[in-house]
Amino acid sequence: MVDEKLKNELSKQGIFTTTLEQLYNWGRSSSLWPLNFGLACCAIEMIATTMARYDMARFGAEVFRPSPRQADLMIVAGTVTKKMAPQVVRLYNQMPEPKYVISMGACAISGGPFKQGYNVLKGIDRYIPVDIYIPGCPPRPEALLDAFMELQKRIDQQQLTGANRPRHLNADEPSEFPVPRFGAHDLEPAKNPNLWKAPLVQIAQTSTLQTVSPQAGTDESRSH
Amino acid sequence: MNLEAIKSELEAAVPGCRLELVANPSPSGQHSLRIDAAHAVALALYLRDAPGLRFDFCSNITGIDWPGKQTTEKVKLRKLIDGIEQDIEELRTTTSPGSLEVVYHLYSVKKKHGPLVLRSSTQDRDANVHLPSLTPVWRSAELQEREIFDLFGVVFDGHPDLRRLLLWDEFQDHPMRRDYVEPDDFEYEPTAHDEVLRRANQHLSEAGGKLQSQGGGR
Repeated sequence: MVDEKLKNELSKQGIFTTTLEQLYNWGRSSSLWPLNFGLACCAIEMIATTMARYDMARFGAEVFRPSPRQADLMIVAGTVTKKMAPQVVRLYNQMPEPKYVISMGACAISGGPFKQGYNVLKGIDRYIPVDIYIPGCPPRPEALLDAFMELQKRIDQQQLTGANRPRHLNADEPSEFPVPRFGAHDLEPAKNPNLWKAPLVQIAQTSTLQTVSPQAGTDESRSH
Repeated sequence: MNLEAIKSELEAAVPGCRLELVANPSPSGQHSLRIDAAHAVALALYLRDAPGLRFDFCSNITGIDWPGKQTTEKVKLRKLIDGIEQDIEELRTTTSPGSLEVVYHLYSVKKKHGPLVLRSSTQDRDANVHLPSLTPVWRSAELQEREIFDLFGVVFDGHPDLRRLLLWDEFQDHPMRRDYVEPDDFEYEPTAHDEVLRRANQHLSEAGGKLQSQGGGR
């Protein structure tokens, strides 16, 4: 690593120094190409974010790709029905590494107002790993931009080597996840047990439910 | 547009059809016309094509589930008890079969009138759930009849493409029926109340009803 003082001194002299890691992370975080797909009303906010008023192009993310093969970022924008969930997982599997997922809105996080229904998935994080959660119903475009900047910050902090290296540089970590099958009443399996576990909650056999650890709520922002 | 007039006009045009006026007591007063399944297509064709009616637009189709009702009545019987003939009263419970009802809302774009509400019922909720499809009459009925087949289980005879619409093909049962039992997929709920709380407690009592923790948070 180059000393910070030396780096400043050199830049005053017109010499630019950097590390491969910084260059690599800068390149990736500045050209995140989202996958062009929306599921429900959150997608309308996502579309608004890309247009002139909010202008997502400022962050290098204006190129929405219609093919998963060219996309780096999946914005799960909207209600994931059980009928749609296998296709979402399949799209994720088809994206090349490195890939990131933003779970946008209450429905994509937890099923939202439809959580108790027979046809809506109780959160996309049951099948694919989610990097950023945005609460809201739907979240405003500013919230999506904030999530986007947070993701860029995360990418800038990634290390290329060592135990904390990201998933795509670790051959032991999976890049694809099992696609659920359609069952008689629900998807099979109902969740990927390696990926998602029910939050720690102790429930007494009384008429009220008592949450013990509020930090593990499913719809908490940016829990990871 | 008088429903009585339409009823008598239909009875004259389609001989043998059984029509029934179903009054709506609410302030909206949208009375409807119950049609019999056997003559449904002939009635629909007449409603669409008759020059005075011209119901050329089927805007909405809905399903209603009427579960069977249990009725208890006292029946007087003569029975031999201990060798003596006696008058006794017996309680007899009968369960009506219930039915699935399909409601059509028709408008006329040409004549600028409507809606005309048609109702049609199946014989019961299990085996005889067939009704004639009105998709050949109004093309806009196709997807809505598929949805009713999907969610209520009414089988529309004569439908060109009767598959599940919203749920996947492997799905069993019809979730909009009142006796549909959802699979027990309850999990963590931060603010359970009412129906959700009832399901949570039911889930817990089946799981042993004691303090339990469900794994660790991520």
